[in-house]
Amino acid sequence: MSVAAVTATTEGYLLVLAIMWPVAGILVALVVNGRNIERVAYIVLPIGFAIATAVVMAVAQGGQSQIYVVGGWAPPLGVALRADGISAAMMMTTAMVICATGLFARGEFVQPAEGPEARAPYVFWILLFSIWSALNALVLGSDLFNLYVALELLTFAAVPLVCLKGQKETIEAALRYMLFALIGSVLYLLGAVMIYGLYGTLDIGLLSGRVRAEPATWIAAALMTVGLLAKTALFPLHLWLPPAHAGAPAPGSAILSALVVKGSFFLIVRIWFDAMPGHLSFAAAQLLAALGAGAILVGSVLALRQQRLKLMIAYSTIAQLGYLFFIFPLATGFAAGIVWSGLAWTGSWMQLFSHAFAKAAMFMAAGLIAEALGHDRIADLGGIGRKLPITMFAFALSGLSLIGVPPSGGFVAKWLLLIATINEGQWWWAAVIVVGGLLAGGYIFMVLGRLLADPLSPLVIRGAVSRSRELVALSLAVCAVLLGLVPLQPSDFLRIGR
Amino acid sequence: MTTATLFGLCSSALVGLGLFGVIVDPHPLRKILAFNLLGSGVFLLFGVVARRGAAAGLGGDPVPQALVITGIVVAFAATALAVALVLRLFEPEAGNAVESEATSAGLEVDGGRS
Repeated sequence: MSVAAVTATTEGYLLVLAIMWPVAGILVALVVNGRNIERVAYIVLPIGFAIATAVVMAVAQGGQSQIYVVGGWAPPLGVALRADGISAAMMMTTAMVICATGLFARGEFVQPAEGPEARAPYVFWILLFSIWSALNALVLGSDLFNLYVALELLTFAAVPLVCLKGQKETIEAALRYMLFALIGSVLYLLGAVMIYGLYGTLDIGLLSGRVRAEPATWIAAALMTVGLLAKTALFPLHLWLPPAHAGAPAPGSAILSALVVKGSFFLIVRIWFDAMPGHLSFAAAQLLAALGAGAILVGSVLALRQQRLKLMIAYSTIAQLGYLFFIFPLATGFAAGIVWSGLAWTGSWMQLFSHAFAKAAMFMAAGLIAEALGHDRIADLGGIGRKLPITMFAFALSGLSLIGVPPSGGFVAKWLLLIATINEGQWWWAAVIVVGGLLAGGYIFMVLGRLLADPLSPLVIRGAVSRSRELVALSLAVCAVLLGLVPLQPSDFLRIGR
Repeated sequence: MTTATLFGLCSSALVGLGLFGVIVDPHPLRKILAFNLLGSGVFLLFGVVARRGAAAGLGGDPVPQALVITGIVVAFAATALAVALVLRLFEPEAGNAVESEATSAGLEVDGGRS
């Protein structure tokens, strides 16, 4: 990032729109009758999607970051919004998953035809818009304090999503999530204020030119990183995730697992690759990757031991998040002669995007199964493939992407990471990636093995599952697989702006 | 010892106390209070940074003072949300099963409605 480039670009206004449009939707939703809120969503979702597409087009065509300087005040006095390749790609993924979830939620969150309005459908749409706005603010912000506010907005929208149904267990899970998130954000804020005290600016572009290697910087960066790790649920700070993600209603789980935990990961990458490039030491990067490896192994083994489908998927999220942290040792470019490894960079982002699609599809499929059977005990799923073929096809496709079977997006991601481990001479991570794939195969086939099995007692389908909702889950799973058809090389788009 | 150093030490003491409380104390309401203590420590640090005038060598830097207002609002909102969750958790309808299930999430709920 160059320091001189803090003037607004021609399409910079799109970035403001991307953040403000869902907020406008919330404001309208607060005014209209609760029964009309779905109609508001039908307007907000497609236009928001169009805005995200426009940002991606602008970044791709310009080949450089799109920048908007709020109020015309350049940093350090003002605040800039910046969309580089990774933020544009994140925005697009967010838009796709949120729009799909909106379609999926139509069947789950509708106002009762008569009688008083229910609160859950009303709140769900508002939370969905808030999460969208907060995620856009998080990927576009370039000021550490602004990013703190975006992070908090994201948490405040994500926590109520967990306990939307209001059962006691989900409220407990939400409270636990909230407490972890609070510690995380306050540690991040502590680090940010130390950075300001040291360098007199919070702008990421300006910081990259000013940071010095000194203990106070390391302490500040460590505080911010640990705070964000708690929000990303990296092992061993993952304890809040399974009850929260498994307890939320299916559309909520999809959003939480696919997008919300990625927001704080994105910020960690921003800190180490943009605000303090070259300051990540080999040992620190190894530590982050070791925690990631721990997450892969512990998360997968715990997923194998689960009796309930949603909990298994939630533990699988913990494991899949672990892969993302290989970006730190592999993409920083520690090997002699390589300044910056594009392979691992692309691989990690591919992992993030393909996991977002696959996990959203998987949680939706699990939601449909639970709706059809009234339970989600894995042991009693025998023969489910005959009853819900489309749902189970979606589940299987997304499962293949999680394992890393070609030609899925998960395969490309893990393959690129594997090659990067060899190129960088850090073969020990290759072993973890391979074992993680095997374990993922184990827990996915634990479910797939029962697809066509003869059930001990005939399966009773309690309610018909809507075909359109099955197709939403399937299309997300297909997205995860289609990502695998991109060429196996470092992506130029993801390098725009660096 | 300058004023800035004194307040800096106070802020680190608050941060330390808050962090201890938020990790060690099992009761959710006490955790929220400890979080507020921790937050106050961080906000005090904003004041210290403003006093030291990091930006452009100013005598008193206005930027951290502007930031700290936002920070307090966010912390207030966070506390309100967390307290609302605690209240919901101890509501009478939800409370029938409190004794049997409360420990499942690792949260100690000894006090009934807090």
